[in-house]
Parts: sequence; C-alpha cells; structure tokens
Amino acid sequence: MKKIKQVLTTALAMLREIFDESAYARYLEKNELRSSPEAYAGFLREYELVKARRPRCC
Amino acid sequence: MPKLLSNTIWFAVAVLATLAVATIALHRGEQINALWLVVAAICVYAVGYRFYSKFIAARVLALDATRATPAERLENGRDFVATNKWVVFGHHFAAIAGPGPLVGPVLAAQFGYLPGTLWVLAGAVLGGCVQDFVILLFSVRRDGKSLTEMAREEIGRVGGFVTYTAVISIMVILLGVVALVVVNALKQSPWGTFTIAMTIPIALLMGIYLRHLRPGKVLEASILGFVLVMGAIFGGQWISHVDSIAQWFTLGAPALAILVVVYGFAASALPVWLLLAPRDYLSTFVKLGTIGLLAVGIVALRPTLHMPPLTRFIDGTGPIFAGNIFPFAFITIACGAISGFHALISSGTTPKLIRRETETRMVGYGAMLAESLVAIMATVAACVLQPGIYFAINSPAGVVGATAEKATAMVSSWGFPVDALQMQSLAQAVGEQTLFNRTGGAPAFAVGMAHIFSNSLGGQAVMAIWYHFAIMFEALFILTILDAGTRVGRFMLQDALGHIWKPLGRTSWYPSIVFTSALIAGAWGYFLWQGVRDPLGGINSLWPLFGIGNQLLATVALCVATTIIIKMGKARYMFVTLVPLVWLVLVTFTASWQKMFDANPRIGFLAHASQLAASGGNARLIFNDRLDAVVTGVLLIMVALVLLVSTVEWVRVLSGRKAATVKEAPFVTSRFVEERA
Repeated sequence: MKKIKQVLTTALAMLREIFDESAYARYLEKNELRSSPEAYAGFLREYELVKARRPRCC
Repeated sequence: MPKLLSNTIWFAVAVLATLAVATIALHRGEQINALWLVVAAICVYAVGYRFYSKFIAARVLALDATRATPAERLENGRDFVATNKWVVFGHHFAAIAGPGPLVGPVLAAQFGYLPGTLWVLAGAVLGGCVQDFVILLFSVRRDGKSLTEMAREEIGRVGGFVTYTAVISIMVILLGVVALVVVNALKQSPWGTFTIAMTIPIALLMGIYLRHLRPGKVLEASILGFVLVMGAIFGGQWISHVDSIAQWFTLGAPALAILVVVYGFAASALPVWLLLAPRDYLSTFVKLGTIGLLAVGIVALRPTLHMPPLTRFIDGTGPIFAGNIFPFAFITIACGAISGFHALISSGTTPKLIRRETETRMVGYGAMLAESLVAIMATVAACVLQPGIYFAINSPAGVVGATAEKATAMVSSWGFPVDALQMQSLAQAVGEQTLFNRTGGAPAFAVGMAHIFSNSLGGQAVMAIWYHFAIMFEALFILTILDAGTRVGRFMLQDALGHIWKPLGRTSWYPSIVFTSALIAGAWGYFLWQGVRDPLGGINSLWPLFGIGNQLLATVALCVATTIIIKMGKARYMFVTLVPLVWLVLVTFTASWQKMFDANPRIGFLAHASQLAASGGNARLIFNDRLDAVVTGVLLIMVALVLLVSTVEWVRVLSGRKAATVKEAPFVTSRFVEERA
C-alpha cells in the first residue's frame, strides 16, 4: 500500500512538473505570495522566456 | 538479489530478446503477431539499458554521484531546480516525444515491418540513447550549456556557427514538413478540420481560465480542455452530416496551408499565456494519455501484422517515397531511432533539473528507449492494416492516379489486392469522404490506431470516433510543434539579428516580434506551399529532406560528444559515439548525394527539375526542386566542415600536439552526499 502511494505521489509530482504547477508553487514560495490572478500574471511574465524558448522535438 | 539469480534472469531476458528478434526477422510466408515486436523491443531495451548504458556510465563517462550538478549549484527556483529523477524523466520524455516517431515508421512501413523495426531497435540502443545520454551529461558538467555553446567551446567557432545554422535550417524544414502532414490529414475532412479548429478557442479559454479564474491550476485546466476537445470530436461528427455547415470546414490543401501559416504566425506573435502555453499543456495531456492507451490497446488486442516483413519496394521503387532501404529507411525514421533534435533538449531544459549525475543515465538513455517504444507501436499501427489499404491511403495521386479505380488497380498490380468498394466502406466507417491519396502518414496511422482501439474498445460502431480522435491527437501534436517551433525560431533569429541592429534583438519590441515571426512563418510556409503544390504529394521530397537535416544535426552532436570523450582522456572508448557517427555520416551523405544528383527523377531533385524542364513543366516546381537541392547541399557542406574541424581536433589531441583539456565546470561536492552521510 505504501509503495502504491509512493508511485502515485511520484506520478502526480511528474505531472505537476510537466504542467508547470510546481514551477508556479516555487515562484509563490520564492516571492512569499499567495496564489492570485496578479501572482500568476507575475509568474507568467517571469517564466515567459523560459517557456517560449523551450524546444520541443518532432 | 543473489548474483546467480540476477544472472539467470538477465540470461533469460537475452534469450527471449534473441528469440523475438529472430522470429520477426526470419519469419517468411506467415503473418506474425504484433506482440513479437513489443516483446523484442522490451527485451532488447532492457538488455541495452542494463548492460550497455551501465558500461557507458561507468567506464566512459565515470558518472559521479558526489559531484554537484548545476541544478544544485545554480538553483534559482526558476530554470535551475534539483528535481526527482522520475519527474525529470517524464519532463524529458514529454519534450522529446512528438509526431516524428509516429509518422516516420508509418512511412517506412512501405519496405515492410522488418527494416524499420530493426533500425528502431539497433538505432536507439546503440545510437539515439547514447547521443541523448552523453549530451545530457556533458551539458550537466558545463552548467547546462546548449549544444551550440558546447560545439563552439570544444570544436571551435566553426562548430558553433554550423550548429546554430543547422538548428535554424532544420527547424524551418521540420515545421514545413509537419505542417504538410496536418494539411494532408485534414484536407476535404470537415470533421477533422472542425475538431482541430475548435482546439484554438479551447486553448484560448484555457489561457483565460488559468490566468483569471483558477490561477496556476494547469492540470485542472488541461482536463477541462480535454473534455472540451472530446466534445469537439463529437461535434465534428454532427457537423460533417449537416451539409450547410460542413461546407465551411471542407477545405482543400492550399486553403488549409494558408490557414496553418497564419496560425503559426499568430501563435508566435501573441503572448505566451494566451495560446502557446495552454495548447502545449493540452497537447502534452493528450499525448501522454494516448500513448499509454495505444500501448494498452496493442497488448489487449494482440493484433496480427498483415504487412509482410519485406515488400517489393526494397528495390527503391516505393510509391510513398522513392529510394533504397539504404539510406532512405534510416533517413525516414529519425526520432524513433536517433534524432539530432533530441540533443537540443538534452542540452536545454533537462540538464538544469538533474539532481545527481548518476540520474542522467535513466533520464537520457531511458527516456529515448521509451520514445523508441512509441516508434515500435507506430510500426504496429501501420502494419496491422491490409497492405493494399495501407498503400492506397499513402500513395500520392501522381503515382497511383487520382480516381478510385485507377488507384486500386495500380495498388493491386503491385500484389497488394484492394478494391474501390473496400476503400469506400472503410472511408465511411471512419467518417471520411475518401481515404485515397492521403499522404503524410498521419491518416494511415489514424486508421491503424482506430482499428486497434475499436477492436479493443467499442467495436466497429465507434471506429469513426477513434479515427478522428487519432487525427486530432496527431494534429494537436503537430500544431504545438508549429507554434512552439516558430516562437523558438523567432527568438533565435532575434538573437542573430540583434548583432546587426540592436532593436531587432529586443524580444519585447513589437515591430521586431512581427518582423521575425513573419520571417520564420514565411520560411516554413514556403516549404509547406511547395509540398502542397507538388503533384507527388510533397512528402516524397520534403520528408527525406527533413530526415537528412535531423540526422545531420545528430552528426554534429556526435562530433561534439566524440571530441569531449577524447579530451577526457577516454579515447579507447570513443567508439560509443564514433560508431553511430560513422553510420550517420554514411547514411546522411549517401542520402544527400542521391537526393541531389540521382538520375531517377523520383529521387534526385535536379533530375526531377530537368525532367520537368524538358516537358515544359511548371517553372515554380522546377525552382522548388533546385532550391531543395541547394538546401541539401548547403547542409551537407556545413556538416562536412564540422566533421573536418572535429577530426583535426581529434588528431591534434591524440597525437599530443594539443593538451587534452575539457571545459567543464569545476568540481564541487554535492550537498546530497553530506545529507546522506
């Protein structure tokens, strides 16, 4: 049971990283902010270059 | 685990791998089950990962778990973040897996299932995985530097310049080719076109939802987007039956091509949060889910492969693309075996997330194995179709004729019986007006995937839904590549133009954004237009061009890797990158030469131009052929230059005329070591 929980937790963490939810959480923590439209707009501004320059393979 | 037990298990896996490969390679006359391909792949990958990648990790690269990675030393909470290895694995896989490993094997199936399968297995284990792994590790040891920067530092300025030019050229060709795949999949298909068109407002809605309603809840928004896309698939079915609305979405290839170029331009020029990011999330969500679903479908259905192991087209007269197995099978399948583009990702985001050096093996080598398995599944999807159907779908009108009668008669004359009625009922079953001349690989893959899905879930009644789900999945993939690729290309162009006139380099200056976006979208749009106007279907000439470009980039990456291995004082192990490098040089140089100068007009660009000129053909098509020949020649010369400069560097270091020094970041002990202690 513990193993299954661990696998599910890792899978969720993987999805959160792929979908940038973790990046947003780190941004909130770093800037000591609470989630809000303004905070997310700030995150998107800071993260825009990273996101837009990320290559995707064919 | 006791050593004896472990050795026994690995011996059994190796025996099973041999048996499975022998079955798919030596079986003649009888059809085999697709599971043999899956078993062969899993066993070969397991042996390759356990033994070959471990050898490279220990002997060649000497991975050091005590050495701090840039994610630890330069951690900034933004791009440098020490991350769990499974999370990085998923992240890396999501970035390297695109439509390439799906489309390439489908096209290469014209030779039969055997050449593609063997190349995917051997190419991945000995070439592609090695490239991704070593480039990832070398980037980790250089503070996450890009391939271009590493090429400049280790091979010199020529290396850096060629890599930059190769990357941007390949990106332009790639975008033109994949856009053509979408156009061919959607032409005269109101259902498909409506569904894909709807993904744009869905992505915009997701962007607004994420920004204003539920900030940062990306998974939630992606699930919502997925539900809406599924609704769009059912909506598309309804629309295709309402003539007055269906006519709006029944478009020919030229109209679709213009719309796709306009979309690419808009996606590059609009703010990231509005279209690019939500679409990327939606595409990734669908991609991961569908690949998993396909794997389950193949295992559940265990379909029979109807395609023979080798077809008559190994003689180079194939209808989908002309040319012999060597070199064209190895050019057509790039991403599932070895892809230079992966080197950009292995030296892009991923090295900045690696927590420990030792994890590069699982992420670099392992994720490429997973991608290779996707290519095997695509081979299965193409080869479960009756060969007659496969060739009728994939052959261009210029080869088999534009009418159903002509096409079926021609395909049947090749020894692959098919009749017009069979094709008509299949088209009806998948909700299309026709499936003839649907070149590009995507429709054939979608039919194969729908066949597998509908037989495992829902039966024939839902085949049309599965077909359009597959088309939506591929088109979504490709449009994501188009918008992200156009944007990355725009940034690269702005970086370069900024050296000429500073304001052009400013990524926030709108005139520069519009100008460079138009330049990139116009460049790949030209190749797309060229493909649309080509009577041979475009894919015939453009896909090999893309394959050559991509493999040439892999040649550059392997040159960089070999140079670094020699400079590390590990010259006796340089064969790990040198062997795939020599193979790629043989393949790409032969293919490039043949594409330029072969006397057969279906292979050689110049021969085709001469044929057209002699028959008073269209001047634009003649110009396109000559342009393709020039592009191939320029790429070839550039890579030959990198090869030459690299070889000179190797000789100088090996002969002792130059000190063997690498430009790695200084060693710092990882804090994880202290934490563990």
